[in-house]
Amino acid sequence: MSDFSDELTRPVAKAVRVETSMLSGTGMYIPWLRKEMETVETGGKQEKDFAKTTNACLDLIQEALLKHQWQKAAEYMHSYLQILEDSDTSKRQAAPEIIWRLGSEILYYHPKSNVETFSTFADRMKNIGVMNYLKISLQHALYLLHHGMLEDANRNLSQAETWRYGEKSSSQEILINLIQAYKGLLQYYTWSQKKMELSKLDEEDYAYSTATQNMLNHSCKTSVNLGALIQIPGVWDPFVKSYVEMLEFYGDQDGAREVLTNYAYDEKFPSNPNAHIYLYNFLKREKAPKEKLISVLKILYQIVPSHKLMLEFHRILRNSEKEEHRKLGLEVLFAVLDFAGCTKNITAWKYLAKYLKQTLMGSHLAWVQEQWHSRRNWWPTFHFSYFWAKSDWTEDKALACEKALVAGMLLGKGCRYFRYISKQGHQALKKKIKRMNKSVKRYSIVNPGL
Amino acid sequence: MDLVEAEEFKERCTQCAAVSWGLTDEGKYYCTSCHNVTEISKEVINTGAIPNTKIQAINRGLKRKRKLEKGWDWYVCEGFQYILCQQAEALKTLGVGPELKNEVLHNFWKRYLQKSKQAYCKNPIYTSRRKTVVLEDNLSHSDWESEPELLSDFSLPFVESGAESQSDVTTQKSFPVIKASQSETASVCSGSLDGVEYSRRKEKGIVKMTMPRTLAFCYLSLLWQRETITLSDLLRFVEEDHIPYINSFQHFPEEMKLYGRDKGIFAIESWPDYEDIYKKIIEVATFLDLPRFPDITEDCCLHPNILCMKYLMEVNLPDEMHNLTCQVVKLTGIGEVDFLTFDPIAKMAKTVKYDIQAIAIIIVVLKLLFLLDDNLEWSLSNLAEKHNEKNKEDKPWFDFRKWYQVMKKTVDEKKQKWEEARAKYLWKSEKPLYHSSIDKSVVYKRREMVVNLQKQFSTLVDSTPTVEKKSPSSFQFNWSEEDTDRTCFHGHSLQGILKKKGQLLTTKNSLYWLSTQKFCKSYCKHVTTYEESNYSLSYQFILNLFSFLLRIKTSFLHEEVSLVEKRLFKAKYSKIKKKSSRSKKVRRY
Repeated sequence: MSDFSDELTRPVAKAVRVETSMLSGTGMYIPWLRKEMETVETGGKQEKDFAKTTNACLDLIQEALLKHQWQKAAEYMHSYLQILEDSDTSKRQAAPEIIWRLGSEILYYHPKSNVETFSTFADRMKNIGVMNYLKISLQHALYLLHHGMLEDANRNLSQAETWRYGEKSSSQEILINLIQAYKGLLQYYTWSQKKMELSKLDEEDYAYSTATQNMLNHSCKTSVNLGALIQIPGVWDPFVKSYVEMLEFYGDQDGAREVLTNYAYDEKFPSNPNAHIYLYNFLKREKAPKEKLISVLKILYQIVPSHKLMLEFHRILRNSEKEEHRKLGLEVLFAVLDFAGCTKNITAWKYLAKYLKQTLMGSHLAWVQEQWHSRRNWWPTFHFSYFWAKSDWTEDKALACEKALVAGMLLGKGCRYFRYISKQGHQALKKKIKRMNKSVKRYSIVNPGL
Repeated sequence: MDLVEAEEFKERCTQCAAVSWGLTDEGKYYCTSCHNVTEISKEVINTGAIPNTKIQAINRGLKRKRKLEKGWDWYVCEGFQYILCQQAEALKTLGVGPELKNEVLHNFWKRYLQKSKQAYCKNPIYTSRRKTVVLEDNLSHSDWESEPELLSDFSLPFVESGAESQSDVTTQKSFPVIKASQSETASVCSGSLDGVEYSRRKEKGIVKMTMPRTLAFCYLSLLWQRETITLSDLLRFVEEDHIPYINSFQHFPEEMKLYGRDKGIFAIESWPDYEDIYKKIIEVATFLDLPRFPDITEDCCLHPNILCMKYLMEVNLPDEMHNLTCQVVKLTGIGEVDFLTFDPIAKMAKTVKYDIQAIAIIIVVLKLLFLLDDNLEWSLSNLAEKHNEKNKEDKPWFDFRKWYQVMKKTVDEKKQKWEEARAKYLWKSEKPLYHSSIDKSVVYKRREMVVNLQKQFSTLVDSTPTVEKKSPSSFQFNWSEEDTDRTCFHGHSLQGILKKKGQLLTTKNSLYWLSTQKFCKSYCKHVTTYEESNYSLSYQFILNLFSFLLRIKTSFLHEEVSLVEKRLFKAKYSKIKKKSSRSKKVRRY
């Protein structure tokens, strides 16, 4: 999840990586393939040896692929190709896609293969049956991108974009949109390179104006390409981001806001945390009112309570004037620390210690008890065991102190974690521990006297 | 051939000693009971009386061009004739005697054409269309002259220059019927003249020619010649492409065009199946009304004693076991000539599955020696192992466990290779078949595409082909003394498994279990079903091993084992009824 905020920097490369891993991930579509093969029925007739051997051949190809025996897979592939001549129409029609997927996998990894072989194969497969043309074109383009051949990829996409075959099915339509969007993404890449050049130029320079003009041309085409796809429900993170970046650059804040709001709030779109993150970041840049930011993050909190933006969310809530928000602020902190990945997050612990103290001082004991109630059973072993006390102390003393303070407040002075840490007579931390002791004495929700 | 008896010829037949002669279209005499053709032709005896018998042969390979697809006119049976000829040639290169093709198969085929009323008879089924030919007296002579020398010169079975002009005349007259029917059903067509009609024809009592039946013909000729090739060998050679079968049509002369219905007749996408071909052999032999086949005697390669020796060598068992198999053969009476010889005229026509039976005998002997109950064979192996360790100089005792280890490894490897080779098998011919001229271009384009793709992938493969074509052999394994992985057990002795009892040697093991208790009493042919899990693991292993060797189903072999046991123990019962131990076996060694 944390990667997403870095995405702005290298969106194109990111998109390529995601997609090509789909193309190349060894185990990814093999289970699917098998399912496909099983649905092709023999229709009650006795299966011919031709069908038996080609099925066996397919199994052997898959096995070879799983074991990364590309050479062997290619050998079997040579025989498997005859399925394109199967007299069984349904099998023959399903064959091109299977062959494309297996074949592209082999050619992607085979030591003797190169871009040229791959392209020849792709070009041949595109024209076997009409249904696969767009899919293969797109994957072919992604392969080229992966090999850094941006121009070829672009040419490929342009070619695919103009392809028409009678009545396109709805699935093909979305593919065309996707192809256009990828083309847009490539244009964005050139645009952002230009932007970089521009930033090096002096505004007074006469080259500056031509460069801006150039960029503007690019952005127009790109907007058209990207805009269409974004309207269709789906997860389009890299496309949305590049689009918004361009809109913002040309000052179309309203347009950008509209795109992002739509992307985050349209119910037809699948639930996507990134949509809310983008919107939040945009609103923050825009210096939108707190209330608005809170409402965006509230949704993110519901989808991903462990997201690192939650600490920022806590900060906003903590300073809110509304009591309801301040209560939520406590809840958010507790929720973050419910996740194993956040147990060593010192900021979260620091916030919690500080905020617990603050809440208790503000005599909102009920809030704390409400949160603590459901965690009473498992937090002590999850966070505050003797083992953790020891290991936290050796690894990170500051963290241990924060945790000890929280433990003391929640479990009382007698708790193991607190006792262990407070007994460690560390010189530098003496003062801190003393303060900690005092706080615990004063604020612990467990009454030590009883 | 004309069935009108050639009464003036009175000599005894050299093959079957009968005096019953017919005339071939070459004017030679042939024996109507065994189809032996004499070298004496009628002309020599009576030159005047040659062609007054109206001979209608299958020579219809007239070089008339058709509009749809340029090529010769040809009939389906000619296609099969061509394939049979190729198969016979292939058998010849495998080392089968040349008589097989020119005499035996040739005769069988002629007899088939006659029986199925396609040729060599008064009213061949084509007469309705070709009446003119028969009626026009002046043509009969040239027709007869242009008769191809069936099979004897197969390389050009369809080319006769002399008859061309006349045939053109006749065909023009005789074909309106077929043409009309063709234009009616323009979507259904074929390259051959009668392909459409042939695939529709369903006459009772006629055995229609099919691709699997070509193999039945081949096997019948092999059996007639008492050749060493068994049915399982034949089918294995077919699978290994030593005998043309799959895509055999692609070697047809260029001018013989195949498409449409011919596809269903000649294109085949399965390897032959033992059981299926076996049934077809009997069917064809009965249909041809063949006389009793030459006797299978003890010196013949198909005799169980000889086959058992062969298979003992093949599966690496000690030679000494041969004595025991001979004993079993003797006791069961399955070595008798009458039992072994195929007689299609007999009431219940059935031929012995020589190969399977021999294997079944070996399995019975293994059961006698080792019981195969997953227990005794291992304890006997322990004894043998100890003995062999102590006495390294002597001839080693046969160690079942060691044998199992060697065999298991070898067979598993072989099986895997076999499966891989099957998976790589290329079924499609270089000459693609299409249904009609409409989809011709599509089919050819598809073919081209596949070839291109194959080319691309073959560049990714090592230049050395991994599946080199094996040269044909009756043996699938070889064993040597030196190689530990392929230890040869042929010389190992059975001492330790046998014990002396006076002058006699008996097996140490005195128990036996029957593969089945109950046999179906009805006419249902099946003996018992083989439920693998009911049997010991060693029995399963042995069945799997042998059925892989013969490329048959395990249940099929199990059935044969049961049949041998049935005979073996029945004989025992009737001989020594007093002896109560029903399974104790004493034998001379």
